[in-house]
Amino acid sequence: MRFRVEVRRADGVSDPEARTVLGALKDLGFDEVRGIGFGRSIEVDMVDVDDAEARVREMCDRLLANPVIEDFTITRLDQ
Amino acid sequence: MKAAVVVFPGTNCEHDVVRVITSLGAEAELVFHKQDSLAGFDGVVLPGGFAHGDYLRSGAIARFSPVMAAVGAAARKGLPVIGICNGFQILCEAGLLPGALIPNRDLRFICKPVDLIVRSTNSVLTRALTVGDILRVPLNSYEGNYFAAPEALDELEDRDRVILAYVDADGKVSTASSPNGSARGIAGVTNEVGNVAGLMPHPERASAEVLGSTDGLGLLRSFVASMEHANV
Repeated sequence: MRFRVEVRRADGVSDPEARTVLGALKDLGFDEVRGIGFGRSIEVDMVDVDDAEARVREMCDRLLANPVIEDFTITRLDQ
Repeated sequence: MKAAVVVFPGTNCEHDVVRVITSLGAEAELVFHKQDSLAGFDGVVLPGGFAHGDYLRSGAIARFSPVMAAVGAAARKGLPVIGICNGFQILCEAGLLPGALIPNRDLRFICKPVDLIVRSTNSVLTRALTVGDILRVPLNSYEGNYFAAPEALDELEDRDRVILAYVDADGKVSTASSPNGSARGIAGVTNEVGNVAGLMPHPERASAEVLGSTDGLGLLRSFVASMEHANV
């Protein structure tokens, strides 16, 4: 069972790199872009267990993401 | 009076910290992060560096080292616990201090002396100082930009828990005038009772004239004095 965890900077936490790239996109004429966000993508390969997604969530809560500055989403890759 | 100076893989300046604490009249001993007891110690220093390569986030992996359970227990017992630079990041990741340290505003590693103003003396890092003191201490970090939600920042300020702030040449303290973009210029904070404290700059690197400043001594003297008080 494979999952993808996407960890992103939470709203309200500054991201100078994203801000700079957004400016460059606007310079290129992409005026419709409201914002962009960089993140970290983590693939988690699990043995088959019933509560796999809950376990991945627990991994995010405890280690993979810091709730003070980050949000995360979990996607199952192989169903 | 003996301080534990914790060594993670990637820690630096730990010998400098031992040397300064020793010069201030206390004992200090290096403790490897795999050790799960801090029995016999009167205080704890988490020094700077790049524990576990700063992988994932600074301090994210170090906070789960075996020694950290003992550090948490020491903190709950009221012993002085301080974190310098990476040590501050580890204390935040461990939830022993509020907030988080994110990459510097300009996405550059900063290595230079900065001026700090003492905002509160209600902490184990500042008790021997006076509010308003200006200290010149080197900053040496990439993820030194202090972040906390606005309500958390209000609470820190209202409860006198911001202990040190970056101050510019005009005496100004703000997010914009801080070298790394730290919220409200915050360079160091303490917990509710004042026995756990962290700061981004390196006081041990400002501990002798030959290093260009001795302003870090007052911070570490505060820590040493706190060990004496905690033991009473």
